[in-house]
Amino acid sequence: MEILNFEFPSSKVKARRAHVGVVGSGDLEILMEPSVDGETRVTIQTSVAGFVDTWKAVVERFLQQHPEAANIEIHDFGATPGTVALRLQQAVEVSKS
Amino acid sequence: MTFEITLSDEVLALSARRSYIELNARARALQLLDDGTFHELLGPFDRVESPWLPMQGIVTQSDDGCVVAKGKIDGQPAVVIAMEGKFQGGSIGEVCGMKMAEAFRLARLDNEKGIPTRAVLSLESGGVRLQEANMGELVIAEIYAEMVALRKHTPLIVVITGPTGCFGGMSLAAGLASYVVMTRQARLSMNGPEVIELEAGKDEFVAADKPFVWSVNGGAQRFATDFADVLLEDDADAVTQAVTELFRKGQPAQLRTDKYELFIKRLKFLDPAKQWVAEDIRNAWKAVAK
Repeated sequence: MEILNFEFPSSKVKARRAHVGVVGSGDLEILMEPSVDGETRVTIQTSVAGFVDTWKAVVERFLQQHPEAANIEIHDFGATPGTVALRLQQAVEVSKS
Repeated sequence: MTFEITLSDEVLALSARRSYIELNARARALQLLDDGTFHELLGPFDRVESPWLPMQGIVTQSDDGCVVAKGKIDGQPAVVIAMEGKFQGGSIGEVCGMKMAEAFRLARLDNEKGIPTRAVLSLESGGVRLQEANMGELVIAEIYAEMVALRKHTPLIVVITGPTGCFGGMSLAAGLASYVVMTRQARLSMNGPEVIELEAGKDEFVAADKPFVWSVNGGAQRFATDFADVLLEDDADAVTQAVTELFRKGQPAQLRTDKYELFIKRLKFLDPAKQWVAEDIRNAWKAVAK
């Protein structure tokens, strides 16, 4: 298991709360909550070590499209970058519903 | 060029159906509770997670694989506890097991205060979580004690639909329920197929032989041999309806755990020297019906 932490400056708009996914094989769970200080923090627990660059790229791409200030916690159980991107997108959709 | 596809009534009926098996634990609790009454206790954002898994390098889940929701069923106060089979095989660790035991305890206290509260346990479980073995076993004992105490006040319904099924400690929990609802896809057994094969060899049990495995511990066989009370198709609304009807029916005439004399008689009828198949067991159960 590897634990990764990223921090990014974000817009003043706060993200809304959302919970999606499951910590099952090839899947992940995401908890998204508003961040109060204009920083977006992403904490990742992943069962697969050694993919820090891939995680950074997927998270940066997501934050370019959704710069809302958020605390994002990810529990990953070997999801592919595509699955991670879809789950992040789903979290945004759930937070708006 | 055009193609015309004609679908049989069977296929159309299947496509109109919403699967219960495909729902995750939270969606199952939502499905079982009356619309708009779902209120989760110790949800994901409360972050009551297993402290033991990270120490062993295993990723946690924010609800530890157990969803506890209060709400109403058929207009009556109810609690639904749903296990998530995809997280660590629905295994019972300290946190998720304690959530379950406490939910039963709170439901009992409500009943004792004069608030009739029903309970449904939707199981997908491989049994105790090996990484938390001792705590898991202790908490399973608490679950049993609370189930026995609660079922004096209200029918306690266990739903097993698959795909994981219900094994180990939770198979005994199913035995304690007032009613067990199963689908054909579900399996219910004390020891899992792989465990039996590992311990007793391929002569005894072939875990890779799916038709054989389901013939022994699948829903249809469990229903035919008195371990399940309702056998359903995989249909979310049918599960809700079955649960509602069982609560309307009230307590069973006799609890399964009070039928021990009959089960002992049936076990004595079986010759352990012989290799029994599913049909033999059904026949034996019929031969010893009282």
